[in-house]
Amino acid sequence: MKSPVQPSLYGLVAEFVEPKDLLAAVNEARNASYSHMDAYTPYPVEGLAEKLGMRSNAVPLITLLCGIAGGTIAYGMQYYSAVIDYPLNVGGRPLHSWPAFVPILFELTILGAAIGAVFSMIFLNGLPRLHHPIFETPFFTARNASRFYLCIEACDPQFDESKTRALLEKQSPAIIWEVRS
Amino acid sequence: MESSAAEKCDEISNRISGLVLREPLRRGWLGGFALAFAFLMLLNAAILWLLIRGVGVWGVNVPVAWGFAIVNFVWWVGIGHAGTFISAILLLLHQQWRTSINRFTEAMTIFAVACAGLFPLLHLGRPWVFYFLLPYPDTMDLWPQWRSPLVWDVFAVTTYLIVSLLFWFIGLMPDLAVMRDHAKRLWVRRLYGIGALGWRNSARHWNRHETACLLLAGLATPLVLSVHSVVSLDFSVAIVPGWHSTIFPPYFVAGAIFSGFAMVLTLLIPVRAIYGLRDVITERHLDNAAKVMLSTGLIVALGYATEHWMSWYSDDLYEGFLVHNRMAGAASGVWWLVMICNVGVAQALWFRRVRTSPVLLFITACLIQVGMWSERYLIVITSLERDFLPSSWADFHATFWDWATLAGSMGLFFTLLFLFIRLLPMIAIHEMRKETVQEGEPQP
Repeated sequence: MKSPVQPSLYGLVAEFVEPKDLLAAVNEARNASYSHMDAYTPYPVEGLAEKLGMRSNAVPLITLLCGIAGGTIAYGMQYYSAVIDYPLNVGGRPLHSWPAFVPILFELTILGAAIGAVFSMIFLNGLPRLHHPIFETPFFTARNASRFYLCIEACDPQFDESKTRALLEKQSPAIIWEVRS
Repeated sequence: MESSAAEKCDEISNRISGLVLREPLRRGWLGGFALAFAFLMLLNAAILWLLIRGVGVWGVNVPVAWGFAIVNFVWWVGIGHAGTFISAILLLLHQQWRTSINRFTEAMTIFAVACAGLFPLLHLGRPWVFYFLLPYPDTMDLWPQWRSPLVWDVFAVTTYLIVSLLFWFIGLMPDLAVMRDHAKRLWVRRLYGIGALGWRNSARHWNRHETACLLLAGLATPLVLSVHSVVSLDFSVAIVPGWHSTIFPPYFVAGAIFSGFAMVLTLLIPVRAIYGLRDVITERHLDNAAKVMLSTGLIVALGYATEHWMSWYSDDLYEGFLVHNRMAGAASGVWWLVMICNVGVAQALWFRRVRTSPVLLFITACLIQVGMWSERYLIVITSLERDFLPSSWADFHATFWDWATLAGSMGLFFTLLFLFIRLLPMIAIHEMRKETVQEGEPQP
C-alpha cells in the first residue's frame, strides 16, 4: 500500500506557560534574525507584536479616512438636498442652515469611523478564514489555547529544522511541535 | 504554589464557557424564559392589534399625541446608555473593575436599544413605510427634513445600534474562538467557529484588535452622549412649556446613565447569585455601580431643581402654570412618585451598607427604574395635556394596549437576555484572562 504524501512542514511551535518566557524566546529568535514567525497567546500580551517585527498598524488611519468619508457624505447629502435639489423656503431662513446639519454630520462620521475600525481590523487580519495550519496542532482543542506559543515558520530564510529546534529548546519550552500542512 | 499564567487562563475559560457548555438546562432558567417569552407573545398580540386597528388602540389623541410610545422609547434608550458607559468610557478611564461586567452590560445595551427602536416605528401608524425616514431616491423626489430633530433621532439611534453591535461583536470574536475550542460536539464547534471568523490568537491579530477596541471606545464615548442629547432635542426644540429648555441635553444624559445603572444592578444582582459568580462580580462592582448611580442621580436632582426654579424665575405664565399643574394637578401622583424615587430613595446610596447589600441595592434600583419611567411620563404627557390653549386641554388615559406594549417590550428584552445568558459567554474571557494574569505581577 502506498503511504500518503507526507505534508510539508509549516513551522515549529514551542509552548510556554508564562508570557515572560515567550517574550524571552521571541527576543532570542529576533537576535538570531528570524523574521517569519508568529506568537499565539490567550490574551493580548503587551509589546509582543512589536517584538515580532510588526511595524505598522493601519487600523487607525483607515478609521480616520472612513470617518472623514462618513462626514463628507453626510454633509454633502444634506447640502445637496436642501440647497440644490429641493430648495424649500421656510420662513425666509437660509437654505444652507449649517447648524441644523451638524447632528447628522456627527452621527455619520462616527458611524463611518466605527465601520472602518471594525472591518479594517477583520480584513487586515485576513479573517474570516476557514483554516490555518496552526489549527493542526492539538493546542486549541486539547489545551483550550490557554498557553503561550511561538511559531517559527518554515518559509523563513533562516529556517533549518535542527538549528531552529535547538534554538527553541534552549528556551526550555514545555513542548515543541512540528506543524505540517 | 502560585499557579502559572497558563493555569489561570485555563481556569477562567473553563469556568465561563462552562456556564454555557456544561451547565444543564435548569428549571429556573426555563421558568424565567417561559415567562419572558409569554410577555413577548403579548407584545406580538399588541402589535398585531395595533396594525389591524391603527394607533387609536392606544390612548393617544390630540393634544397628547405622543403617549406611551415616546415615554417607553426614551426610557429604553436611556437604559442602553449604561452599557456603553461601562464598555467605552470606563475603558478609556482605565477602570479595570469594568472587565467582569462589560460584556453583560453591552448585551443589555443592544437589547434595550432594540426595544426602544420598536416604539417610534410602531408610533408611525404605518410602520411598513418606515423607510420614508431615510434619504433614498424616491419617486416623489422628496428628502427628509434635515432641520427636524426627529430626523436627527433616526440617524442617532440607528448609528448607536450599529456601533453597539459592532463593539459587542469584536469583543466577542476571541471569546467565540474559546467557546469553539471548548465545545465537544461538532455542530456546536462549527456554530461558534462561524462566529469566531477563524480567530487564532495571533499576536498580530491581537494588536489590531486592541487598537480597534480602543478606537471604538473613543468613538462610542461622544456617541453615547450625543444620542440622548438628540433624544432630548426632540422635546426642547418644540415650544411646549416644560419642553423648551436648554438644560435638557445634559439632564437627559445623566438620567439615562442613572436609569441604565439601575437596570444593570437589577440584572446583575440575581445573575451573580444564580450562577455563583459572587467572586467575579463582587461587592466592589455593586458598590461602584451604586456610586455612579448616586452621582448621576444628584445631577438629575439638580436638573429637577433647575427646571422648577427656572419656571418661577422666568416669570412665564405658562411655565409657572405647568409646574403648578405637575405638582398639584390631576397627575400630581406621578410628580410625587418621581421625586420620592429619584431624589428621595436615591439618597440611600450614600450609605455603604446599602451599596454593598445586594437585597437593599436591588430594591433601590427597582424603585429608581420606576421613578425614571415616571419622569419620562411626566415630561411627555403632562406637558402635552396642558398647553397654551385651555380649549384644547385634555387628559391622557392609557389603555390596556398601552400597558400591554410596555410589558411586552420587557418580554422582548428579557427573552433576548435569557438567550444571551444561555448561548454566549456573559463575561469577557480574554479580558478576564489578561486582568487575572497581570494581577499577580508587580506593578511597574
